[in-house]
Amino acid sequence: MTDISVSQNVKIVEPTVYELSSVGRRGVAMPASDVPETALPEKTLLRTSLPMPELAEVDVIRHYMHLSRFNYSVDGGFYPLGSCTMKYNPKINEDTCRLPRFIYTHPLQPIETVQGNLALMYEMQEWLKEISGFAGVTLQPAAGAHGEFTGVLMMAAYHKSRGDARRTKMLIPDAAHGTNPASVGMLGMSVATIPSDARGNVDLEALETACDDTVAGMMLTNPNTLGMFDENIEKVIKLVKDCGGLMYGDGANLNALLGIVRPGDLGFDVMHFNLHKTFSVPHGGGGPGSGPVGVSQRLVDFLPSPLVTIVEEGDDEAAPLYGFFTPKQTIGRMKAFHGHFGGGLVRSYTYIAMHGAEGLKDVSQYAVLNANYLQARLRKTYKIPYDRICMHEFVAEGQFEGSDVRALDIAKRLMDYDFHPPTNYFPLIVHEALMIEPTETENKDTLDAFADALIKIAEESLLQPELLHSAPHITPFGRMDEVKAARELVLCCWLPEGYDLEK
Amino acid sequence: MTYIPISPKERDEMLKIIGVGTLDELFDAVPKKHRFPKLNLPQALSEMEALALLGELAAGNENVREHMISFLGAGAYNHYIPAVVDHILRRGEFYTAYTPYQPEISQGTLQSIFEYQSLMANLTGMEVSNASHYDGATAAAEAVSLAHAQFRGKRKKIVMSPTVNPQYRAVIRTYTQGMGLEEAGDDPTADLEAGPEFLTQFIDDNTSLVIVQYPDFFGRIYDYAKLIDAAHAKGALVCVVANPTALIMLKTPGEMGADIVVGDAQPFGIPLWYGGPYLGFFTTKKSFVHKMAGRLVGETVDARGQRAYVLTLTAREQHIKRERATSNICTNQGLLALASAVYMSVLGKSGLQEVAELCYQKAHYAAAELSKIDGFGLCFSEPFFHEFVLCCPKPAGEVNQHLLENGIIGGYDLGEDYPALKDHLLIAVTEMNSREEIDTLLEALKEVSHD
Repeated sequence: MTDISVSQNVKIVEPTVYELSSVGRRGVAMPASDVPETALPEKTLLRTSLPMPELAEVDVIRHYMHLSRFNYSVDGGFYPLGSCTMKYNPKINEDTCRLPRFIYTHPLQPIETVQGNLALMYEMQEWLKEISGFAGVTLQPAAGAHGEFTGVLMMAAYHKSRGDARRTKMLIPDAAHGTNPASVGMLGMSVATIPSDARGNVDLEALETACDDTVAGMMLTNPNTLGMFDENIEKVIKLVKDCGGLMYGDGANLNALLGIVRPGDLGFDVMHFNLHKTFSVPHGGGGPGSGPVGVSQRLVDFLPSPLVTIVEEGDDEAAPLYGFFTPKQTIGRMKAFHGHFGGGLVRSYTYIAMHGAEGLKDVSQYAVLNANYLQARLRKTYKIPYDRICMHEFVAEGQFEGSDVRALDIAKRLMDYDFHPPTNYFPLIVHEALMIEPTETENKDTLDAFADALIKIAEESLLQPELLHSAPHITPFGRMDEVKAARELVLCCWLPEGYDLEK
Repeated sequence: MTYIPISPKERDEMLKIIGVGTLDELFDAVPKKHRFPKLNLPQALSEMEALALLGELAAGNENVREHMISFLGAGAYNHYIPAVVDHILRRGEFYTAYTPYQPEISQGTLQSIFEYQSLMANLTGMEVSNASHYDGATAAAEAVSLAHAQFRGKRKKIVMSPTVNPQYRAVIRTYTQGMGLEEAGDDPTADLEAGPEFLTQFIDDNTSLVIVQYPDFFGRIYDYAKLIDAAHAKGALVCVVANPTALIMLKTPGEMGADIVVGDAQPFGIPLWYGGPYLGFFTTKKSFVHKMAGRLVGETVDARGQRAYVLTLTAREQHIKRERATSNICTNQGLLALASAVYMSVLGKSGLQEVAELCYQKAHYAAAELSKIDGFGLCFSEPFFHEFVLCCPKPAGEVNQHLLENGIIGGYDLGEDYPALKDHLLIAVTEMNSREEIDTLLEALKEVSHD
């Protein structure tokens, strides 16, 4: 790659598309018009310049290929990012979701012409109900946080429909994902934070104190972000329900529970799924995700509209006719059209179809096996503040007595060993947290190599702390000046001088 | 089949090190009576069988490329996607990466988002863009949240044109139901021929945001400069919901003075995919950047003096601000932002102009010819881009039924959202519609007027 030296001695490793642009260069061309020409609208309605890059196709390919080399990815290596479930993304899913009869269907086509899509969506609703133990499922939400917002809207609508206007308090454990309180904040509800006890469970006494007739519900991640399955889960749910609240389950950690336990059976009223975590939709460098929501019987009428249903039963001769319907007390529409059909639902459908009941149970069992194995291998070297059998992830402390090395340094140093770091500084209740989620798609050799690297780094932290403070060393880029980014706020490429004057 | 790379022997070694006898013992914390439910799911398939099953399901569809001629738009558009786009999207380095929280090993994603932000800001004529929203509708709803936050919740009214996409209006209503807002202007029975200035009457000192669409849902092009001035005179912000293909040709909302421009960039390299995932874009003025939701990439340098990019202003976001965050958004549409950036780059200035020109020319040819048919006519006289409203001699649903029997998906039946427009079709024409297809539509509609 070219290093271009520019002013202020900042080296440009890869120019932007604007810097690569050269006036008059052409990429993909469109065919000539085959209709008689119509005059354009009057000039005052037209733009005066179009500041878009001018590149040849090969320039574009090379540019993005160069960029791609700067990314760490699941296809490239181990990505034990806690709470993100960075499992392997099966390649067949990439092919099924691009079948021409899926990819070129318009969301407003008459239902008779998209029975394949609707059948897939209907079956997906049914499968997710079966996996989670819920009575109804919407596929509409676009991501986990979007599903959470959907769930909280339904909880509010439920209480409102009963004339129970005082219920505006949401109980949220201190270990929760930040999206939980943020979803509640979007509705103007208040948050009551519930502490965790010494074993990483919800503190029952604190919960009991907080339970009153203003509680809308509780948002609980189980297993929680410490990777712990709450040992008192039934008591927790009973306390919340007895005071008239609804139980929300954050499905971010569902990868531990497939075929192990169904949140609906435990008494949860609503839960979002993260198809991009549990059901292998790739993360795409930050989306698109897909966040369907399951609900118990008392919330089915509040689901977003529309849902997929059978509008005419089939028989031996004819398949059923699938179509849409609007639940009676629906909270409304969460996004345009029907959810992340192509990128989310088709991939996850393929994944579930290939796993079946036993395969899904294997997924969770091996995800939990891998996490416990890593925890066992690291226990002697790293402090595990909540040390018992974990689920699909666990949290270690990234600090050592007699060393000023922090979790951040350990994370950065791991890159030199060619691993993606774990999530750090989350959950907030553990000092210098390293949250490690290996997933089921890693072999023992990889787990051993990762454990060995972390153990070696622990030694380095005492003998050569500088090596960690200045890490990473062998990656294409070093540590970033985050303060400069926030202070100067350069959020767009500079256009070449005079660019906007050219038509 | 599963993707678990652990042999039974390895499993047993691992269990031994953990100190338990079997996999099942790892789940003792789960209440016994609910532990290990028997899931009623179909038998697991091999990859070969799964591909066949998905092929069978897909065969239950007819699509708008191979089986039918389509003039459907109304928020999702059938455009050509250059081959380069999917080749880049299929790079595992891009699609199997996570949100770029570790910038040292995520510069591919970060620089491509930075470039996306730049392209979008330039397209819309605005100063800054975020890294994306779920779709155009949710981006519009987030514009309401921005305005709400800008006035610290003190202005309690939004003014929404009835000619904003009905689904977008529905999503805004869903999103704002906890905010105690008054909504004005959003009346599908209003005079739909009134120009945008008719919204001025609703804008007052209590108005936080005015939302219009460009071109509007009926395809009409209005210069919103006067309306925007009127809104600004009352201190209100203005959000323009825009179609990116139209922006290639038309005066930018930025030039008109818009405060926020949102929309769906699906037309830029993202397949129809039965409605998603698409790509919500959100651009605004730099002064609103701290109130803007979503991820944001900024330029910086690394410890080695190299130009680099990081997620910045993260203090706005949910994982820091929790219940005080402007939005709960976290995962967005990263890969599709990449798709649209590749689309803009590989078509470039001239290719994009050709796409816009073809859409405009073909739509105008179609409008001119269709309006000549007995009983049919153009509903509005304003300039339009690539969508227009066709008045029909009978209910639009019946017209569409006739067209469907002839292998044509007609336009969007406006009667579903506007009671006065039950005989009206919203027709979209893109570069994908050949003259032959338009002429086929023409012939089929002539039969309607005759029977």
